[in-house]
Amino acid sequence: MSAQGAAHIKAICKAAGNDPARLMDIAIAVQKQLGAVSDTAIDLIATHLKIPRVDVDSLVTFYAFFSKTPKGRVIIRLCNDVVDQMNGAAEVAAALETELGIRFGETSPDGAISLEYAPCIGLSDQAPAALINDVPVTHLDSGKARHLAQLLKREGTQARLVKTFGDGNNAHDLIRSMVVNNIRETGPVILAPYTSGSGLKKALALSPAEVIRDIKTSRLRGRGGAGFPTGMKWDFTRQAGGDQRFIICNADEGEPGTFKDRVLMTECPDLIFEGMTIAGYAVGAAEGIFYLRAEYAYLEKFLTAILTQRRKAGQLGQTICGKAGFHFDIRLQMGAGAYVCGEETALISSCEGRRGDPKNRPPFPAQKGYKGCPTSVNNAETLCCVARILECGPGWFAAMGTKGSAGTKLLSISGDCARPGVYEVPFGVKVSDLLKKVGADHTAAIQVGGPSGRMIGPKEFNRIICYDDLSTGGSFILFNKGRNVVDIARQFMDFFVEESCGYCTPCRVGNVLLRNKLVEILAGHGALEDLAYLEELGRTTKLASRCGLGQTSPNPVLSTLENFRPAYEALFKKSRGHEPVLANFDLQAALSQGSILAGRASSIFTPVNGSQP
Amino acid sequence: MSETFDFTLDGATVTAQSGETIMQAADRAGIYIPRLCAHKELHPFGACRICTVLVNGRPQSSCTQPAAPGIVVENDTEALRNVRKSLVEMLFVEGNHYCMFCEKSGLCELQALGYRFGLLAPRYPYQFPKREMDASHPDIFVDRNRCVQCARCVRASRELDHKTVFEFSGRGAHKAIAVNADARLADTDVNGTDRAIDVCPVGCLLRKRYGFRTPIGQRKYDHQPIGSDIEAGHPPAAVNG
Ligand SMILES: Cc1cc2nc3c(=O)[nH]c(=O)nc-3n(C[C@H](O)[C@H](O)[C@H](O)COP(=O)(O)O)c2cc1C
Ligand code: SF4
Repeated sequence: MSAQGAAHIKAICKAAGNDPARLMDIAIAVQKQLGAVSDTAIDLIATHLKIPRVDVDSLVTFYAFFSKTPKGRVIIRLCNDVVDQMNGAAEVAAALETELGIRFGETSPDGAISLEYAPCIGLSDQAPAALINDVPVTHLDSGKARHLAQLLKREGTQARLVKTFGDGNNAHDLIRSMVVNNIRETGPVILAPYTSGSGLKKALALSPAEVIRDIKTSRLRGRGGAGFPTGMKWDFTRQAGGDQRFIICNADEGEPGTFKDRVLMTECPDLIFEGMTIAGYAVGAAEGIFYLRAEYAYLEKFLTAILTQRRKAGQLGQTICGKAGFHFDIRLQMGAGAYVCGEETALISSCEGRRGDPKNRPPFPAQKGYKGCPTSVNNAETLCCVARILECGPGWFAAMGTKGSAGTKLLSISGDCARPGVYEVPFGVKVSDLLKKVGADHTAAIQVGGPSGRMIGPKEFNRIICYDDLSTGGSFILFNKGRNVVDIARQFMDFFVEESCGYCTPCRVGNVLLRNKLVEILAGHGALEDLAYLEELGRTTKLASRCGLGQTSPNPVLSTLENFRPAYEALFKKSRGHEPVLANFDLQAALSQGSILAGRASSIFTPVNGSQP
Repeated sequence: MSETFDFTLDGATVTAQSGETIMQAADRAGIYIPRLCAHKELHPFGACRICTVLVNGRPQSSCTQPAAPGIVVENDTEALRNVRKSLVEMLFVEGNHYCMFCEKSGLCELQALGYRFGLLAPRYPYQFPKREMDASHPDIFVDRNRCVQCARCVRASRELDHKTVFEFSGRGAHKAIAVNADARLADTDVNGTDRAIDVCPVGCLLRKRYGFRTPIGQRKYDHQPIGSDIEAGHPPAAVNG
């Protein structure tokens, strides 16, 4: 490494106070500055932070956005999510490869451009999409891809890539992105007008216990997927001992097909931060962490500016809104490409500057979370609801939705439909009504809740969206007739294989075995008994896995087996009843090597004059 | 004097002390819950999942789950035996385990679990991964082909040896044991007598020049199934013989 590189690393570590807990920020900065976190860089970081080098290595090799070997100055990350594939990602990929003269996984010889795939980057409603370093490009096709590649080759930077901006704040000076919001339906709670500070002022007029009581009365439940009652979570966090507590906003949004938090951060950042501040007041926290996935780095400057603005307005910092004794501030923590970091304990590990392994429970984060202190992790949408509940009252909120599911839900709609995008709907909407709304006329299957959710068929289209019936983090990926559900399940399993942290046996190994079996079946090498194999393997993986990732990752396989069994059966050849081997076994292919060695065909198994033995 | 309470384990009443895990309480009661990554002297880790039990119907790893008054725990059921056997099979196919000429044969806890579960051939296809070996150290040999990712060495190096010789690198199927040096174990401060080496349940970390001192056939699990010391009421201090 050059002396200059070493000096950069020293400065980066120093700027982070040589604090090992800031290792994420340090590695992100080094990757950005030097194009890699090389072994030498790892040694230097370890020396500056006075920690074992293997601890740095462990973090660097965990996250997809870090690389030990140098990457191109421009990294193209093409999303190869299911929806992107459906919309022609393969043609885009081919065009990029041809135009750049490199393949995926490679860097151009002059070190200018790297080509990679990324799992869902939160733009399924405008697929195919890619990230050019931090800059999202959407609605790609092969022509645009060629143009893009030429421009990048010519200019060597993404700086002048985006010429027209999306709607709303996407055109803001600090975002300037071509991403569009695709807000198709606003609602009374979240995508509604809000005066910054109004919820917070009302909260500060109450005692923290009263705020928690109001949230309980509103019957708000977590919007991140698990649906835990928010008031109860805060209560546990508040009751837990110790004098330091933390609030974390989960904006990792990694579940493929989910992009509603992207829109929230673009259009309602004040609402989120206000919800966090109210949460801080309620649980007695002085610090909040906003965990932003690396794929949304294009929003970082904007969000940072909003935080600064709120500090200036007295809505963050010391003695907030004049409330004596209430001090609270928020720091932004960037992720570095790891779906599992959306899991709350993994997210906490990541915030602590470690690899994103989930933690053992108990203790739960509400008891022992960030740095061992009681911590409440809440989804961005949940926190938006909080601010509105304080503004308009718990009764107002509880009156919307259904008995067990108060309020509204943001849905991320993508796939085969006329109007993909974000919809705010009250809980209780029927799936079939939703399909009409979004302009989906030939839907044969819906992946509800992303890959970790379930794939449902028409017989479940009369179910209603709420915690007690069809519960979901809000993602609906729609598939028309003609889509290959087994291959879709295989793609989802590819995702989980990539994203498993590898800590526990069933998830680390089981998902690979599930995926491999699907590949075999899709290649025509399956047999009927493979279905029982998949079911048992899927059940074992779910039962024995340590965290929510492995406990749900077999769902694409299990739910397609349950609801689309004929699609699997169609992939098996029919046995003719009297064959000596399984119908799918290609006897001649198996014999071919032997025949070459022996210099003759099998006298037993090779048909002579067309007759079968 | 710590507080005690009762819970039910496969229908039997077990008395636990407050702060104990389900596994610790079961061990004292002479009930064996199969395990691989758990080790008496180390903090529980919960990675292998072989000790999974049902607590009031919910799966939990018994090495990490605290015992609680009145809980109903299922351990030795047909379904759980199948899950555990399946996990052992996953570990066998995930790595390259050549028991027939492995120095750990007869002392290997993975192999012993295979015997205890009556494992003849794994139901899953072998993955035949390519894994790194490291013979750089004068006294220690690392063969990642046989690693089961139990993190015993990671924990023992920190907790017992007060060093940081081992840690995981990579994620998912690419996760592997890394050493606190650019690449070679010889460049770390590990010592041939480190506890981190003893606690390896399989043949991944081996001492050089100790091979076959105890002949095959006279080794611990050649004589008795894994877990029988616990069932006989003598939980061992350390598992390796
Ligand atoms: C693998 C995995 C990924 C997750 N990803 C997210 C995510 O991106 N955003 C989120 O809010 N919750 C995610 N969760 C759920 C969180 O663990 C946690 O339940 C949630 O953030 C709590 O917030 P809530 O109560 O407001 O929903 C994920 C869980 C798992 C198991
Ligand atoms: S289930 Fe296990 S391997 Fe999978 S992500 Fe969770 S802890 Fe990691």
